[in-house]
Amino acid sequence: MSAPADPALLRTLETRAALLAAIRRFFAERDFIEVETPTVVPSPGLDPHLRAFEVRDPAGRSVGWLATSPEYQMKRLLCMGAKRVFQLCRSYRAEEYGRHHEREFTMLEWYRAPATSDDLIADTEALVAFAAKSLGKWTPELEPPWPRLSVDDALRAHADRTVDAVLVDEESFFRIWAEEVQPRLGADRPVVVTDWPRSMASLARIKPNGCADRFEAFFHGVELCNGFGELTDAVEQRRRFEHDRATRKAAGAPVYPIDERFIEGLQRGMPESAGNALGVDRLLMLLLGAESIQSTMAFPVERL
Amino acid sequence: MADTSDIKKGFKMLLDGVPYAVVDHQFVKPGKGQAFIRTRIKNMMTGAVIDRTFKSGEKLEKADTEERTMQYLYPEGEARVFMDTQSYEQLSLSNEQLGDNVNYLLDGTEVDVMLFEGRPIDVTPPTFVELEVTETEPGFKGDTSSNTTKPATLETGLQVNVPLFVNAGDKLKIDTRTGEYVERVKG
Repeated sequence: MSAPADPALLRTLETRAALLAAIRRFFAERDFIEVETPTVVPSPGLDPHLRAFEVRDPAGRSVGWLATSPEYQMKRLLCMGAKRVFQLCRSYRAEEYGRHHEREFTMLEWYRAPATSDDLIADTEALVAFAAKSLGKWTPELEPPWPRLSVDDALRAHADRTVDAVLVDEESFFRIWAEEVQPRLGADRPVVVTDWPRSMASLARIKPNGCADRFEAFFHGVELCNGFGELTDAVEQRRRFEHDRATRKAAGAPVYPIDERFIEGLQRGMPESAGNALGVDRLLMLLLGAESIQSTMAFPVERL
Repeated sequence: MADTSDIKKGFKMLLDGVPYAVVDHQFVKPGKGQAFIRTRIKNMMTGAVIDRTFKSGEKLEKADTEERTMQYLYPEGEARVFMDTQSYEQLSLSNEQLGDNVNYLLDGTEVDVMLFEGRPIDVTPPTFVELEVTETEPGFKGDTSSNTTKPATLETGLQVNVPLFVNAGDKLKIDTRTGEYVERVKG
């Protein structure tokens, strides 16, 4: 029994392999080490809107969750003295399905110490340019540097509103963002959105201007990556985790444990650092001009 | 009760008492944010298409609709009477509800009738129907290729533009999606 030949898919898989090789070459040339961290983790991430798959042993006991990103363990490596690390791995998210979402997808995460979010934005621009050239998919609109705009700029430009006016509650912020702002971001060339509201800081530090030191790049309305100037304060990190747990509980969402070893790492000392998480399937989709991330995968759920 | 994970093309839901069918949909989740399903939905009563965004996980009420194959029987005042080909149950739709579709109804034509809460709200005729020309200017012999057309009236009252060679009494194949002439049927 064999499936019918699909030369177009095989060509896409060759391009995918070339992209992975280009990413590894890019980081090797910059003295990063490639690391591997576990897929099954004691806490899958506490951002209130993340849903994780729970993993059980044969006796039915929970042994943890599939990682929604390798973030905590990558940061523990920084606390252990690593300076430049990157990882290409599968990450898993429940209840996400659509042209730009798949329950398991390929994540690229990298961290630098010492570094600022500006260093990571520069890495991102250079990486995408390098990958596009390696794949023969270079176009001039990818040329760094990409335009920067704050969340407030983006709301003013595309929804004629200010961040203060929209942030009366998070749902209305995200509704306006999803309907009016994000679809128009990066229409001509990639853009980097900075200065997120401090309530959406997640694991980012707070900048002197009061905004979260967090950035996201968008191209053709697709979110390509999310990066932070990292929060290194263990007390503040625990406070945010407790707040996220309370938010989850109030919303009737599953409440995951706090990763205590991650907090211990911060207590021992995390260097000033910055990191970024980039969706490799989305990057491939954008470079190929494809309609969905599923079309860049051998076996998305719909064909599994 | 359905929720947003049931949304797919053609899914029918009730919003403010009106049935809508999903035309297009996209899952969106701004980074670290609330997930939404952006949809384009069609009002099944009026045909109007609107955009609507739902929170992921939001409960939806399924619209109680069903499609049945029915046969057109006869006109009755300002309405047309149809019969279910399985149950022989009869029901009527007003000419206003039928709109342009009245032009494709001949005795015995089978159509798909959409029912909402048991009441007919829409009719889909066959994609192609064959109708006889009742009135048109006499044809020019031999002219089978010209791009020039002339008006013709068909047996249901439908007006179409036809090639010059078409004569009264000819049977024509009509595309009901566009209301346009396709070809002359050899009779």
